[in-house]
Amino acid sequence: MRLCKVCKAKAVIELPQHNTAFCREHFLAYFENQVRRAIQDFRMFTTEDRILVAVSGGKDSLVLWEVLLRLGYRADGLYIDLGIGDYSAASREKAEAFAAARGATLRIVSLKEQYDVTVPELARSLRRPACSGCGLAKRYLFNLEAEKGEYDVLATGHNLDDEAATLFGNVLHWNLEALRRQSPVLEAENGFRRKVKPLIRLTERETAAYAILTGIDYIVEECPHAVGARSHLYKELLNQLELHSPGAKRQFLLGFYERGRAAIEGATERPEVRPCKVCGQPTVAEVCSFCRMMQRVGVDEVRLMTAAGVE
Amino acid sequence: MRVIMRIPEKKEFTFSGPKKVREILRELKMNPEATLVIKGNTLLTLDDVVEDGEEIEVRSAISGG
Repeated sequence: MRLCKVCKAKAVIELPQHNTAFCREHFLAYFENQVRRAIQDFRMFTTEDRILVAVSGGKDSLVLWEVLLRLGYRADGLYIDLGIGDYSAASREKAEAFAAARGATLRIVSLKEQYDVTVPELARSLRRPACSGCGLAKRYLFNLEAEKGEYDVLATGHNLDDEAATLFGNVLHWNLEALRRQSPVLEAENGFRRKVKPLIRLTERETAAYAILTGIDYIVEECPHAVGARSHLYKELLNQLELHSPGAKRQFLLGFYERGRAAIEGATERPEVRPCKVCGQPTVAEVCSFCRMMQRVGVDEVRLMTAAGVE
Repeated sequence: MRVIMRIPEKKEFTFSGPKKVREILRELKMNPEATLVIKGNTLLTLDDVVEDGEEIEVRSAISGG
């Protein structure tokens, strides 16, 4: 029987990457400490800052919100209803129940209510994968809502596996611009709010374990559009590597942050960012890609301006 | 014992016990690095033994597009 490294009680989880095991109590303490460390090491925010957590109803974002509240941070949630049938309905319910049980503030934006379109409709009209329109809409609305609510920082639940898989894909294609931007902290600039990823020191398995051990009711089912996503394949490959070489994922990602990023910092030119002519949100084009996408599916300019709070 | 999986699709398996979690995952071809084994409201480690008549859930921890 495996014992907890700290108290020698029966362990509930092994962490081969640290060559250790913990009981429930000491795993939760370890987990929260790793979040605290990421926040401090990368100077993400302080207890003075107002934080907006992007919440999907899945394990990572709900765990992030839970830990930030436990650590005493001022964190509100933002749920974006993408209109993906039963999946969106179920995930919204999880996010709402989580917030209600803790008396926390959850802001909700519905793509259907705000723009009269859903992610599946976007995919059909544009004839492109649902994930590309979805990702674009989420990034846009996160920034817009953080601005509207005057939040100091926007936090997302990206974990070590998410970031290692993204890094793997960026290296595979030597996408230097994406590599330059891949960071635990993106500073506020040119109309973009500050963005942070406090879970980058923790694996997906660890965040799922935290959710289960603290009784967080998250949506276990996958988004129907995510099935077969390329990032899944990268995660599987990295987990195969991890099985034979524990700690490899951590070294790959944290080593990139510590040493790799600096080496490519000046390798690409930073594109000029300006306000979108329609909605005023930051973009490198005349009209931002969100407005262009919405205009292609028939959303008119007045609606885009109104939703963005532009008069 | 009953072994339940919910993702990527709902499945149910029956194994005869006692059996170590490590063996169960090996037979299901699940990578322990990407998997949690849940019993009630707690988790099992690879050396834990599951007996006949018990029920566990084997859950992939990998998600997201």
